[in-house]
Amino acid sequence: MSNRKLRRIAYQAAAVAAALALGGFLLANTVANLEERRIASGFGFLGREAGFEIGQAFFLHYSAADSYLKALAVGLINTLMVSMIGIVLATGLGTVVGLCRLSANSFLRGLCGAYVEFMRNVPLLVQLFFWYALITEGLPQPREALNPLPGVFLTNRGIFLPSLSSTPALEGFNFSGGMTITPEFAALLIGLAVYTAAFIAEIVRAGILAISRGQVEAAHALGLSSFQKTFLVVMPQALRVIVPPLTSQYLNLTKNSSLAVAIGYPDLVSIANTTMNQTGQAIEGVAVIMAVYLSISLSISACMNWYNARIAFR
Amino acid sequence: MRSFLNWNAFLSLGVAIGLAVISVPFINWAFIEAVWRPDAAACRATTGACWGFIAEKHRFILFGTYPFEQHWRPALATVLLIGLWFFSAFRFSWRWWLALVWLVGLAIIALLMWGGILGLPYVENERWGGLILTLLLTTFGLALAFPLSILVALGRRSDLPVIRALCVGYIELVRGVPLISLLFMASVMLPLFLPAGMTIDKLLRAQIALILFAAAYLAEVVRGGLQAIPRSQYEAAASLGLGYWGQMAFVILPQALRIAVPPLVNTFIGLFKDTSLVLIIGLFDLLSTIKVSLNDPAWAGSAVEAYLFAALVYFIFCYAMSRYSRRLERKEAS
Repeated sequence: MSNRKLRRIAYQAAAVAAALALGGFLLANTVANLEERRIASGFGFLGREAGFEIGQAFFLHYSAADSYLKALAVGLINTLMVSMIGIVLATGLGTVVGLCRLSANSFLRGLCGAYVEFMRNVPLLVQLFFWYALITEGLPQPREALNPLPGVFLTNRGIFLPSLSSTPALEGFNFSGGMTITPEFAALLIGLAVYTAAFIAEIVRAGILAISRGQVEAAHALGLSSFQKTFLVVMPQALRVIVPPLTSQYLNLTKNSSLAVAIGYPDLVSIANTTMNQTGQAIEGVAVIMAVYLSISLSISACMNWYNARIAFR
Repeated sequence: MRSFLNWNAFLSLGVAIGLAVISVPFINWAFIEAVWRPDAAACRATTGACWGFIAEKHRFILFGTYPFEQHWRPALATVLLIGLWFFSAFRFSWRWWLALVWLVGLAIIALLMWGGILGLPYVENERWGGLILTLLLTTFGLALAFPLSILVALGRRSDLPVIRALCVGYIELVRGVPLISLLFMASVMLPLFLPAGMTIDKLLRAQIALILFAAAYLAEVVRGGLQAIPRSQYEAAASLGLGYWGQMAFVILPQALRIAVPPLVNTFIGLFKDTSLVLIIGLFDLLSTIKVSLNDPAWAGSAVEAYLFAALVYFIFCYAMSRYSRRLERKEAS
């Protein structure tokens, strides 16, 4: 065996040994520490009664008597809900802003450019706190609710919308009936959508700029209107450039939804945090968070890869 | 056929009207009816913004719980740190001696912040806070993540399968989970990882999480730079008789890192913004001191003003960096 081959094997063996040694050292410490603090490891705690209320639950009926597992499931659904709606809103707003940045109207172009610059250069957490403060301090009490559309009420206790079965009506100090969007959900959704839209706008703009001028001129020569030109010729081609970076923005939005914990929206991280504080099962809590986000990341990439393969050149 | 109507002018008019509808009440609120003096009674009386809140709390916002008479120390450290960043932005300073400048500068900053000698009273780092904490978390996050990221990027491009797998695993794991979960890990799990009797304080724990987080993202940027170097450069370096580390240190990395500077600056901006998340695990960075100042009942209802101020401070730093990165890119292109 040559000297070089031997060295390659030695390097890799050393790397594995170092990784194993580090892992073993940490594991041994952890086991010793857990024993000393009398914390039982394992996921047995998931079956125990959670004992805390959750402000918002979609689809599932949750009460404090339910298990930690169900509480975490509610958190996961809350995360998925805010992420999915956020992705739709951010894509719509981002596409509009991105198109505006290429508009022939310099006024509109400048305005959208300023939007992108401002949103990208302020931390999302600051923006979330801002929206939350604006809703809870800026909007009036339910008694003096803003009523921009019939049946829609904007108050510092949340946003009330009519549902299929009933319309919201003032009862005592608050509205009842209809659909309620809590201030936390509204702030998180607006924050995520408005922040991510700025990044998506840049991706859309870059994608459109990547289309050769000849395509636009050809569309013009066919006598297509400006609307047709954009949506029948430019956008379908630009999508091929746009989709891969768009995927990573969707992933970012989903990961950023974990900032919910700072404004009190009961997402997965927030509920896992409460669980960790109550049970002391820190390792299991963090493991649940990481496993869930890794699976969400992998599923979004898988979906987008499938979509990307469909729209790619064949 | 050209339209007789000028749609462009109509569009401008529409945008202008929309802008006026939003900005007139805003200007009224933010400037005309605003209270600028630190006067809580006047603030409660006005319908405008209460900038007096910032004026009243600016010492706490900037310096956190650092001893009041010693505030000149973090102030000087902040100026020094910003000066170091500014100095490093010039191309002539991209030499080996820049590392020396930084070492001396950071030593002075450490001396100022901790004290304990030269007649400066000792201040433990639990009391550090405000802008300097944000800047220090960013600086050390980058300074320590950067060398690590170069090693990981080289590892990811290595032809040794085990090393490549370890590096890919690290990068994908860290990039697949939110920063908060890493910060939770650092704040609640790290104490369990350490041998009995050994503790590290909260600031250092958060810093470790930020370093590990930043290194994974920076590694991908560095890898992009490495991929842009043509094969012939590697072959030329090998034909000079250089070994692997010699090739990397003298031929490949100097070129790859130069290419990667604009995206690196964008990652720096990201990390600067992300340091605000340490608020969630209870550190007093700039955003956290602003949030805590709002707990004062005398100034209730100033949250919108406070967060606009926070946004402005972060914006100034990030915008300066992003302009800089764009200028570099343009220079690179020409």
